[in-house]
Amino acid sequence: MNFSLFLAELWNARMSLINGLGNTVLISVVSVLLGSILGVFIGLVMTYGGWFTRFSVRLYIDFLRGTPVFVLILACFYILSVVGFDLSAFQAGVLALTLFCSSHVGEIVRGALIAIPKGQTEAAKSIGLTFGQTFIYVLLPQALRQILPTWVNTATEIVKASTLLSIIGVVELLLATQQVISRTYLSLEFYFFAGFVYFLLNFVIEQAGRAVERRISVP
Amino acid sequence: MNYDFNFSVIWRNWDLLAQGLGLGLFLAIVSIAIGCGIGLLAAFGMLSRQKTLRWIAVAYVSAIRNTPILVLILFCYFALPQLGIALDKISSFIFTLSIYAGAYLAEVFRSGLVALPKGLREAGLAIGLTELKIKTNIIIPVMFRNVLPSLSNNFISLFKDTSLAAAIAVPDLTFYARKINVESFRVIETWMVASMIYVVVCYMIASLLRRLEQRLAIPR
Amino acid sequence: MSPILNISGLHKSFGQVEVLKGIDLTLQQGDVVSLIGSSGSGKTTLLRCVNLLEDFEQGEIELVGETIGYRESSGSQRRRLPEREIARQRAMTGMAFQQFNLFPHMTAVQNVMLGLIKTKRMAKDEARSVAEKWLERVGMEARRDHFPGQLSGGQQQRVAIARAIAMNPQIMLFDEVTSALDPELVAEVLAVVRDLANDGMTMLLVTHEMRFARDVSTKVVFMHQGRIHEEGTSEEMFGAPKTERLQGFLANSQI
Ligand SMILES: Nc1ncnc2c1ncn2[C@@H]1O[C@H](COP(=O)(O)OP(=O)(O)OP(=O)(O)O)[C@@H](O)[C@H]1O
Ligand SMILES: [Mg+2]
Repeated sequence: MNFSLFLAELWNARMSLINGLGNTVLISVVSVLLGSILGVFIGLVMTYGGWFTRFSVRLYIDFLRGTPVFVLILACFYILSVVGFDLSAFQAGVLALTLFCSSHVGEIVRGALIAIPKGQTEAAKSIGLTFGQTFIYVLLPQALRQILPTWVNTATEIVKASTLLSIIGVVELLLATQQVISRTYLSLEFYFFAGFVYFLLNFVIEQAGRAVERRISVP
Repeated sequence: MNYDFNFSVIWRNWDLLAQGLGLGLFLAIVSIAIGCGIGLLAAFGMLSRQKTLRWIAVAYVSAIRNTPILVLILFCYFALPQLGIALDKISSFIFTLSIYAGAYLAEVFRSGLVALPKGLREAGLAIGLTELKIKTNIIIPVMFRNVLPSLSNNFISLFKDTSLAAAIAVPDLTFYARKINVESFRVIETWMVASMIYVVVCYMIASLLRRLEQRLAIPR
Repeated sequence: MSPILNISGLHKSFGQVEVLKGIDLTLQQGDVVSLIGSSGSGKTTLLRCVNLLEDFEQGEIELVGETIGYRESSGSQRRRLPEREIARQRAMTGMAFQQFNLFPHMTAVQNVMLGLIKTKRMAKDEARSVAEKWLERVGMEARRDHFPGQLSGGQQQRVAIARAIAMNPQIMLFDEVTSALDPELVAEVLAVVRDLANDGMTMLLVTHEMRFARDVSTKVVFMHQGRIHEEGTSEEMFGAPKTERLQGFLANSQI
């Protein structure tokens, strides 16, 4: 192992690696945001929907959770182009991660909502709140506090899963690293480096999550 | 959308898919077995009174859990040979998946151990068992049954993770699906069938394991 | 003057099981009516119907002259009122629950303010001063910024009562407000209820505290298997119970 050579090559490759990191962050942020919005909607339907919508959404979730993310990504990538949606690899990958995220968030949201005692809804109703008001002021704030740790966990899952987009040719951090490796042959050093960056990324997300959790926790 | 569905290519390659599925299950089973061993050691390490041991175990668990599995797979297969550890594809993949599983299982076992009542160990001491005997005869069996549901979930995600073996050209289900896709251009059919196989197999594993859990559960 | 609450011919079933089999009950301004009766006789269900937390199939509930919950539409069809109407009518009754049901993510004063702001459309400042006034009334002003998790059961129940009564309801409904409490905390909550009763608040309360029921009630109602089995003044019911069932019931509950 030649450390100074590695440092020199790292400096040479800095722009492409930073670009890759930027893409990783972009992919993760967009997928988590869209996936969470969709997921909250799914969670609501699963909790308050009629039996038929509940059943369909259940199928959707079970299908997404039973399929490996990698297969999901490949399927989105190959299938969508065939049926005439002209998505780039980036878009197809983000779509797959969004769907994946939504199934997780949907499950989490439902779990949190049904865990709130029925008395909360009844107390809210009895002071004259409508369903919408009850949801916004009473149920959602309680659910959010419960969801946060698992949701942060899902976010780190998505960051990790974003590496799979390298296989369909999206130049995120891993593929950028691989490109550097194919030029420099420093596979040990650069794979280690990439792993370390992902570790840091997830560490930061987790710490941020903890900080928010402490902030909003109620005695 | 006017797409003519044609599943015949898939049926013709049925044996390949079955082979791939078999290999995936094999990889998952071997890895979870080894991973359980690693996970147990790491769990006891995390709860150890010795600082270094604790530190090593915690570092291992959090490093692996925060690193994408694909990076681990590529690292083990492409980079480790530079350190003189050259394994063939399948061994390398099993090695990676075991280490990966170990980190997740360590966390499962650790919380299982913490949740055990203190009296268990003391009762063992009272009847004159050694610390090791208490661990192997009482603590581990009881803890194992308690964490069985999380163990099942971990096994299922591990099975899904075997799809990544395709990234280093290990011929699993996903590998063959890609092959059939490229050769036949029956894109939709291929991926529909591949993901359905995963979904159904995951579902079957889940119900099988649930039955096992019920059989092994400690009556209360 | 129309009565505060007038229940007539109320029937309610859960699936096949008829739980209320025709209840008629009237409360005038200032009445304090205690519902007593054995477990499963339908006391809670009756209260929940008045608060429109349960649907009911037959009968009518009038609150200060207004029929609540349903509207007779064409013919003899009855229709549940739209949600907004129901919410408004619910705010006319205050309910205190056995399990308090305080909102755990809000402080005591925020718990009381929520309905004032969202239902009564008060400005924040006004809502705060109303809330503080009621917290003071139940002896909780010192703890107004505490979260429910930081309060004892008795304190939580007093905040819950303040939350209900701050809405300025026409009638207060209490469902066994002391039965989830440790014995030493019962008195402080009953003192609050008694204080409100003495102040002329109209109340319908379910209680297993017979001594308390005897002291505060203007009327006592004994329920049995979904019907009102016997009713009368406190003296009549506890001093000279007429039916055998009530005699048996009172003999089994310590006074
Ligand atoms: N949500 C429900 N679904 C089905 N049955 C119910 C439901 N709620 C109450 N019941 C039944 O209705 C009957 C009356 O219940 P209710 O809670 O009104 O009794 P209660 O007089 O308040 O009893 P307690 O003194 O135990 O509180 C009981 O037989 C009960 O099992
Ligand atoms: Mg009751």
